[in-house]
Amino acid sequence: MKNWQQGRQARDARIEAGAKLAKGKIVEARDATRLMEAVIRPGDRVCLEGDNQKQADLLCRALLAVDLARVNGLHMVQSGIVLPEHLDLFDRGVAKRLDYAYSGPQSARIARMLFGGKIELGAVHTYLELFARYFIDLTPQVALIAAVSADRDGNLYTGPNTEDTPTVVEATAFKNGVVIAQVNEIVDKVPRVDIPADRVQFVVEADKPFFVEPLFTRDPGAITEGQILTAMLAIKAIYARYGVQRLNHGIGFSTAAIELLLPTYGERLGLKGKVASHFALNPHPALIPAIESGWVEQIHCFGSEVGMDDYIRARSDVFFTGPDGSLRSNRAFCQTAGLYACDMFIGSTLQIDLQGNSSTVTTSRIAGFGGAPNMGADARGRRHPSAPWLQAGGEADPDSSALLRRGRKLVVQIGETFGEKNVPLFVEKLDAIELAEKLKLDLAPVMIYGDDVTHIVTEEGVANLLLCRDANEREQAIRGVAGYTDVGRNRDRKMVQHLRERGVIRRPEDLGIDPLDADRSMLAARSIKDLVRWSGGLYAPPSQFRNW
Amino acid sequence: MEDLSFHHQARSRAGGTRRMAIIGVVASGNLEVLAERVLPETECRLEIKTAAEGFGQVWDAVVADFVERYSPGGLKFSINDGGARPDTVSLRLAQAVRLMAEDEP
Repeated sequence: MKNWQQGRQARDARIEAGAKLAKGKIVEARDATRLMEAVIRPGDRVCLEGDNQKQADLLCRALLAVDLARVNGLHMVQSGIVLPEHLDLFDRGVAKRLDYAYSGPQSARIARMLFGGKIELGAVHTYLELFARYFIDLTPQVALIAAVSADRDGNLYTGPNTEDTPTVVEATAFKNGVVIAQVNEIVDKVPRVDIPADRVQFVVEADKPFFVEPLFTRDPGAITEGQILTAMLAIKAIYARYGVQRLNHGIGFSTAAIELLLPTYGERLGLKGKVASHFALNPHPALIPAIESGWVEQIHCFGSEVGMDDYIRARSDVFFTGPDGSLRSNRAFCQTAGLYACDMFIGSTLQIDLQGNSSTVTTSRIAGFGGAPNMGADARGRRHPSAPWLQAGGEADPDSSALLRRGRKLVVQIGETFGEKNVPLFVEKLDAIELAEKLKLDLAPVMIYGDDVTHIVTEEGVANLLLCRDANEREQAIRGVAGYTDVGRNRDRKMVQHLRERGVIRRPEDLGIDPLDADRSMLAARSIKDLVRWSGGLYAPPSQFRNW
Repeated sequence: MEDLSFHHQARSRAGGTRRMAIIGVVASGNLEVLAERVLPETECRLEIKTAAEGFGQVWDAVVADFVERYSPGGLKFSINDGGARPDTVSLRLAQAVRLMAEDEP
């Protein structure tokens, strides 16, 4: 007789072994490593939460200290490789194999370790992709998660940075896995139940709050005139042209400039209420002036942002909040919203090639994908119409039947033609290809594929790739906004002029914009302190952004 | 450091009566431009001291486009460059011409 309950029995055995260290579900922090040794088996798939922002740092350190005779060769399946300890696990041999999505802060070291063979790489994913695989072929046996508080039954309050937790717990708890949570405090009653107690087997009270990275704060003081000019071009040539109301913004300075120009330049263009009203977005502090000026109706968040909690709590008409008043974020749902319910993604990148493929990988840094490929991709399963989506579809394919024509998501790459240290944004060949050859990958790590990109905006102008009819036009449209980079200087001038006459390329003067007007006085806030003022004192910037 | 010098014929005289203008700062990624109305009406000269070496071709292209676009006849530009990006250079040069187009302060 076949045993159909082996997974459940294995889970029960793990829980029984761990229970010896627990009072009820609660385990002392000093016993956390022994708990790992009791519950985790060699070669297990483990999700160590590892999000874009919040980190189960105590559980990570506890795992790093295990007896290698008892725990080794783990397969880590986590969205973020953010803490140095996440990689120390591989150096020490606690873990062997890795499937992940984002490694921004560890991009240089993870590249070295991948080249050195220290990590057996499964794949680099987008967030949604990795979450999807949690339910198909990368289901964790053990999840190590982070929450703000727990009650004695194990109900968890995840606070504003809920992020990946519900997804990780869903996959683990309902497929014979064990969930261990670190919490900042144990309380009699949690402010709201984000994770019900029966999905949580053990709770460890940490001696200090879990680490959260302020990833989405851009100091308006650092925004340049060039970024203001590109922001003006984007607002006029894209936001206004298509009437984009539902959108996602990347985290760069160019999009911060757009956020700060909405209440000034956008207002002058009469766009209030017509564009940028519904966002899938982290709570960017730079959006405060637009929110306060009545531009923004609704924002759903992947995660939160350090210092924004009180502001969000006071603006529940705009944000998703729980009965306790604080933000409820959810990365999986927000990524889905960005993919299916937004008409535009606009963000920056490090390299764009002649086909419009873009990548943030350089030969010495692997930052992973995170969410940008989902935001910056046309959703082939989308079926609901909207004006911008239909308009973009019509521009791409004007001759086909309107009733059978797919719309197109607007996928906009915005940036200055030269980045830090005069490194060109435009290249003949992406570093990602060289990396793929070196690491013998089946796929080069391309962030956004050229066939998904609809517009490229630089200080030289806007290229509308929807209007290009063949690969050569596309290449010249890209060269035509590539400024003084080698790619830009090697343009076919006659053809670029022809593309300009057709409106494929639009220069500032074609849009009625004088580059000399791109001045910092146009920004609704010119410093972090201005943002605090706009928020009525509700925004509390983290110390590294304060100079007062 | 690299010294570069460009000499162009401009289509016409730069507007305004101002004799001299200065804009920008010498800082990393930025530049300072001094414009002086000291040349014959259709001549334009740029003297550049730059911290970034090997960008002569880029300067050549930036300067040619600038002269074509703004026709800064009669102006001499002295530039202290802290490794500014080409777009920043174009912007500062255009700002200098705009200042020169004002009346003598």
